[in-house]
Amino acid sequence: MQQAQRGWIFWAVAALFVGAAAVATFSIKNEYPFFAGYLILQFMVLATAWNILGGYAGYVNFGTSAFFGLGVYTAVFLFKATGAPLLVQIAVAAAVGALLGFLVGLLTLRMRGIFFSIATIALTIIIETFIINWKFVGGATGMPMIRPPAMPPFDSYIKMLFVNGAVMVVIAVALARFIQGSWIGRGLRALRDDELAAACSGVPTLKLKLLACVISGALMCAAGAPNAMYLSFADPASAFNLNYSVSALAMALIGGTGHWIGPVLGALLLSSTQQLLTVTISSEVNVLVLGLMLVLFVVAAPDGILGLFRRVRARFTGDAGGRV
Amino acid sequence: MFSFELLLDAVVLGLLVGCFYAAVSIGLSVSFGLLDVPHVAHPAFLVLASYGTYILNQHGIDPIIAGLMLMPVLFVFGLFAYRVYYETFERRGGDAGVRGIAFFFGVAFVIEVLIILMFGVDQRSVQALYIGKSMGIGDMRIPLRLLVAFGVALTLTAALALYLARTFTGRAIRAVAQDELALRLMGANPVAVKQWAFGIATAVLGPAGALLIIVAPVDPTLDRAYIGRTFCVVVMAGLGSMSGTLIAGIILGVIESIVLTLYGASWAPAISFAMLLAVLAVRPQGLMGR
Amino acid sequence: MSQALLDVKGVTKRFGGFTALDAVSVAIRPGERFGLVGPNGSGKTTLINCISGVLGLDKGTISFLGADISKLPTYLRTRRGIARSFQIPRPFRTMTVIENLMVAFEFTAGHGHGGHQSRDEAMALLEQMGLGAKAFRPSSELSQVELRKMELARAMAARPKLLISDEAMAGLSSAEIDEVLDLLIKVNQDGITIIMIEHIMHAVMRFSERVMCLDAGRIIASGTPGEVMADQRVQEAYLGASSQG
Repeated sequence: MQQAQRGWIFWAVAALFVGAAAVATFSIKNEYPFFAGYLILQFMVLATAWNILGGYAGYVNFGTSAFFGLGVYTAVFLFKATGAPLLVQIAVAAAVGALLGFLVGLLTLRMRGIFFSIATIALTIIIETFIINWKFVGGATGMPMIRPPAMPPFDSYIKMLFVNGAVMVVIAVALARFIQGSWIGRGLRALRDDELAAACSGVPTLKLKLLACVISGALMCAAGAPNAMYLSFADPASAFNLNYSVSALAMALIGGTGHWIGPVLGALLLSSTQQLLTVTISSEVNVLVLGLMLVLFVVAAPDGILGLFRRVRARFTGDAGGRV
Repeated sequence: MFSFELLLDAVVLGLLVGCFYAAVSIGLSVSFGLLDVPHVAHPAFLVLASYGTYILNQHGIDPIIAGLMLMPVLFVFGLFAYRVYYETFERRGGDAGVRGIAFFFGVAFVIEVLIILMFGVDQRSVQALYIGKSMGIGDMRIPLRLLVAFGVALTLTAALALYLARTFTGRAIRAVAQDELALRLMGANPVAVKQWAFGIATAVLGPAGALLIIVAPVDPTLDRAYIGRTFCVVVMAGLGSMSGTLIAGIILGVIESIVLTLYGASWAPAISFAMLLAVLAVRPQGLMGR
Repeated sequence: MSQALLDVKGVTKRFGGFTALDAVSVAIRPGERFGLVGPNGSGKTTLINCISGVLGLDKGTISFLGADISKLPTYLRTRRGIARSFQIPRPFRTMTVIENLMVAFEFTAGHGHGGHQSRDEAMALLEQMGLGAKAFRPSSELSQVELRKMELARAMAARPKLLISDEAMAGLSSAEIDEVLDLLIKVNQDGITIIMIEHIMHAVMRFSERVMCLDAGRIIASGTPGEVMADQRVQEAYLGASSQG
C-alpha cells in the first residue's frame, strides 16, 4: 500500500470518527454514554501522549499526573480569572504543557533512565504541593466549577466535551502517527535502542528528546483542561492523582508501544474495563485490576496486544521480520 | 516568630528522624545502589512491612520484635522477587530498562491497592511501652519513640554495613556490584549472590517497617512520600555507600525538620523530592559517589 | 606541508584522581592509515571517546578540518565527518540490519534524501561486508562476529571523512581479518582517513602507514610500524618491564 493511499485512509477514518461522535450527540438523548465515553477519549489522548516519549523514545514518564493536573488547574485559573471559554483553556494548557515539557526535558533528560522516571514523580508531588498552597484556585479543599452554557449546536455541555474529546484524539493520534513515520520517529527509535550509538550515528539525541517531551507534555496538559468542567469540580488530590500516571503508562504498554494504534487500543480496553468494574464491583478493584494487568503484560507480553497480534500473524504466515 | 530554641528543637528532631530515614533507605542502597535494580517498589515493600508489624502488634507483640520476626519472611520474598525480576528482565536485555521500571511501578501500585482492600484507607498505628511518652533532655522534650527509633536505626545501619564489609557473602555482594566478571572467574555465581543480596535488602525492611509505624501512623499511600525520601537519601549518599546513607539521611531529616518548623506541614512532601532533583541535576554521583 | 585532518593538541582527560590521557598530541594527515596501539587501559578508547565527543576534555583542543570541535556535541562531529565503531558492538536491537545502516545514512550524508536511496546505499555497504544475505533480519539475530562487521558498516554508512575503528577485528578468524583489512584499505583508497585501534599486531603492521603507542595515558612511541614495534619501551609496556638480574 502506498504512503499516500495510507494517508487518505487515515484521514477518512478520522473524519468518520469525529462525524460519528457528532451524530451520536444528536441522536442519543441520555447523557450517561457521553459521560463514560469522554473518559475513554481522555485516556486515549493521555496514553498516546505518553507513548511519544515513553514508547518511541524509551523514557518512562511517571509524571503524567503532573501535566494532567497542571492542565486542570490552568483551566481553573483561566476560568476564575478571565472566564475564558473551553477552547482557550485547552490552547493555553497546551502551551503551558509544552513549556513545562521543555523545562523538565532540559533538567532531566540527561539523567539515566530510572532517575528520569523518579524525577517525573518528584515533579508531580512538587507541582501538587504548590497548587495545594495556592488559595486562588481553591487550595487543598478544591474549587467548584460552574459550567457555562454549551456552545451551539450542542444542547448539553457533556455532549460538547465528548465531541471535543474526539477531535483531541484525532489531533493526538495524527501527531503520533506523523512522528512515527518520519525521521523524527526513526531517530527516537535509534536513541531508545542505544543512545550513545545513535549520537555517534549523527542523531541529534537531545533535540529529539526535547521535542518528544514538549509534544507529549503539551498533549497531556491539554487533555487535563476540560476535566475541570467535566467533573464540575477541581481539587489537587484528584487532579494530580497518581492513577493518571499509572493508567497512561499501562494503557500504552498493554496496547503496544511500537505503533500509535497501541495506546488507543489499550485505552479503549482498559478504560472500558475500569468503568465496568467501578460500576459493578468497586473503584478499588478497578485500580487493582489496572495494576495487575500492567505487571502481567510487562512480564508476559512485553510488546503488548499489538505484539500478540504480530506473533499470531507470524505463526500463520511464517514471517518474522523486523519489529514495527 | 523565629527563635533559636525552635530551630534547635528542629535540628535535634531532624537528626533523630534523619537516622530513621537512613534505616528505611539502606535496603535500597543495596538493591538499587549496589545491584542496579530499578526498585521503585521499595517504599511499597516498606509500607507492607509496616502493616505486617501492625498485624503482629494486634496480637500483643512489641513492634520491634515484630519487625525482627518478619525478617525471614521478607528475606524469602526478596529472593523470589529478584528471581522474577532477573528471569524477566536482566536475562532478555533489549529495552528491559523501560519495562523493569514499569514492572516495579506496577508492583508498587498493586501492593498499595491490596493494602487498601485489606485495611481500608484509614491510618493505623501500633502500641508499645515507649509510644506516647516523652523524655526530657536539657530544655527539650523528645518523644521516647523517636529515641528508640534512632537507636534501632543506628544499630540496623551499622549491622548491615558490618555485614557487607566483614563477612564473606557481604564482600561477595560488594564485589558483584563492582566487577561481575571477576567474581564469576573466582567461582562464585553472580546471580545467586545478587539474589541473596536482594533478599537481605528486603529482610532489612522488617525492622525498618516497624520503625515506620512506630514513628508515625501509616496509611496505604505512604509509599508515595517515601519514594522521594528513600531515593533522595540513596542518591545523595552515592550509590552503594552505607556511611553515606546515614549522613544523607540526617541531612534530609534536618532540612525537612527546619522547613516544617518555618513554613508548616503543607510544604513537607515536596522537600525530599526537590532535594532529589537538585542532587540529580548538580551532582548525580552523590556525596560519596563512586 | 598539508594541513592535518584531525589535530589533537595537548589533550588531558581525568576521571577523579585517575589521569586517563596526559597531554596527548597527534596530527592525523588526510588520507592516512593510522594505527593506535597500547596495552589495556592505556587510554586508546578514551582518546577515541574524546575525539568523537562522548567525553569532554579537561585540557587541550581537538580540531577537525581546521575548525575547533572541542565543544561540539557528538552528533555534529559525526555530521562533519567523524565516524567510529565501538569495541563492544552497540547495535540498534529493535531494527533490522539494513535499518541500522539507514539510520546512520539518513542522519548524516543522506539528510533530506528519500528512503530508497538510503536503502540502496545501505545494501551496497552490506554486500561489501558480506552481510547482504542478512540485511532484512533483526540485528538481534547476528552473531558476535557479524555484529562487529555491521558495526563497521554502520560507521561507514555515515560517509565519514575520518573513520575510527575500535578493535573491530577481535574474535574474527584469520580469513575474516584479511577480508576486513582489504575492505578498509579499499575504503582508504577511496579517500577516507582511517584510525585503527587494534591488538592484533599483524593486522596493524599490514594496515598502518604510521603507528602510535600509548601507555598509561602518554605517547611512548610514534613512527612507522616497524620502528614502533621494535621500540623497547613499547615491548616493555606490553610485556611488563624486564626484571632485574
